[in-house]
Amino acid sequence: MTGFYNDPVGHWVVVTVAIAVLLFVVLTATAYTVWFERVALGRIQRRPGPNRVGPFGLMQLAADGVKLAFKESFIPANTDKVLYVIAPTIAVAAAFLSWAVIPIGLWYNVQYWIADINIGILLIFAFSSLNVYAILLGGYSSNNKYSLLGGLRSAAQLISYEIALGLSLVPTFMIVGSLRLRDIVDYTVHWGPYTGPIPLVLLTPIGFVIYLMAAVAETNRAPFDLPEAEQELIGGFLTEYSGLKFVMYYLAEYINMITVSALAALLFFGGWYLWFVPPVLAFVAKVIFFLFLYIWLRGTLPRLRYDMLMRLGWKVLMPLAIANIIVTGIVLVAVQG
Amino acid sequence: MTDENGNDHDPTPLRRPGEGVPPKPEGEKPSIAGDVAALAGGLKTTLSEFFKPVVTTMYPEEKTPRSERYRGRHYLRRYDNGLERCIGCELCAAACPVGCILVIAAENTDEKRVSPGERYAKTYEINMLRCIFCGYCEEACPVQAIVLGPEYELSDTSREKFIYTKEKLLEPMPPDVEARLNAKGTAVPTPAPLPNPPPQGGRETTP
Repeated sequence: MTGFYNDPVGHWVVVTVAIAVLLFVVLTATAYTVWFERVALGRIQRRPGPNRVGPFGLMQLAADGVKLAFKESFIPANTDKVLYVIAPTIAVAAAFLSWAVIPIGLWYNVQYWIADINIGILLIFAFSSLNVYAILLGGYSSNNKYSLLGGLRSAAQLISYEIALGLSLVPTFMIVGSLRLRDIVDYTVHWGPYTGPIPLVLLTPIGFVIYLMAAVAETNRAPFDLPEAEQELIGGFLTEYSGLKFVMYYLAEYINMITVSALAALLFFGGWYLWFVPPVLAFVAKVIFFLFLYIWLRGTLPRLRYDMLMRLGWKVLMPLAIANIIVTGIVLVAVQG
Repeated sequence: MTDENGNDHDPTPLRRPGEGVPPKPEGEKPSIAGDVAALAGGLKTTLSEFFKPVVTTMYPEEKTPRSERYRGRHYLRRYDNGLERCIGCELCAAACPVGCILVIAAENTDEKRVSPGERYAKTYEINMLRCIFCGYCEEACPVQAIVLGPEYELSDTSREKFIYTKEKLLEPMPPDVEARLNAKGTAVPTPAPLPNPPPQGGRETTP
């Protein structure tokens, strides 16, 4: 196997198969995330959610997908047609690219990844920043004032929260000493009789809280969903999109949601390590837990006002993240000498 | 304060903006602990709702009860001996606020007796797209021939199918509705058929 992997042709075969499998898994997971969100939101509001198509409504996404695929691909008049078409593809491509470097533990010594690079987490930040282009260009090219406002809001919001998001993870990197996601998951402590992996949230609880909030803002999810704010902006950058182009934005949003949930599990909750639970189940369970957390937040909190959003990002989260780095640095020097 | 009429009333003096406005009551000062507690309270509420049973009525399988007096689709009734109640008087059509009822009456003959009255409805049509289900036709009817039944699932696939003809309106009612109408005493005994055609010189006017 190793020989085949190191062979130049065999390497590409392995990577292509891995990409195909991952595409299938992520797309399926996205479809069921949408189902899960609709059911969970429904239960929060004491209604059953989708329950007509297939058992428990599990085929709802197939029905929705077919419906959206057969819609007319409409481009409004006087739009920048090239950008209008490219913007949603940027969104979905950036969302999928992050999964190139996310490792998934399948069994105790078996992990799955497409690229195991030593700057994995930086690459994910780079890809998630591309999402700004998708939303901003979509809003700009739609020739609609609501779309433009949504795009501008999104640009300001994502730039503000990107900083807090990045800084919130710096203490983790300082503790682990690596940006490779596999190294962060495998981080081992020797605490008296215990030797093994620990959830890093025990060491950087503040970093985790900042990450959680910044990640919600980064994925444009409620209560930070100002770019698409239905009530004020008629859907923001999504206003003029329909059919398959809308599907791409929609898909990107849910893939990003799974990505940040998976990252929360990998970076702060020990990835696929959970007591005696088989690794792949542990990983999926953790991701589902974070997905539920995001849905739960959406079902609970009203949307923030724009100035509150900016104040939280710049005056609370960013200083807190910087203070967290400084304190972690001092403690690390004191402990490790 | 009392004005020239001796009425005691509250004076409304002119004020500058902000002048005389009572100070806002001192609320709880914002604090991080308070905010976190509010957040936790909200999350607790939604989570407890999550585990409560759903309140949705699974409509096509499960239906909510309707009032006995619910006004759904119309029915034309018959007497026990099979004669139609409708005497073609067109009072329902006159009472209808939207004009959705069309009645064309014809004379009963001894050979062809459709209703016990002098006349009967040769054509009786209701345009259900126009009908507002007000029930005025039911109130106007002197012989309780038309009633509004309990059915409300009336959707169909073409406009023509919404013109309910006499045959469709004469379909038997659900037995429970029929029984209820009879119990209410609207089942007046079948009147003896009037002589028909009337004695020469036009119709008699009933007092």
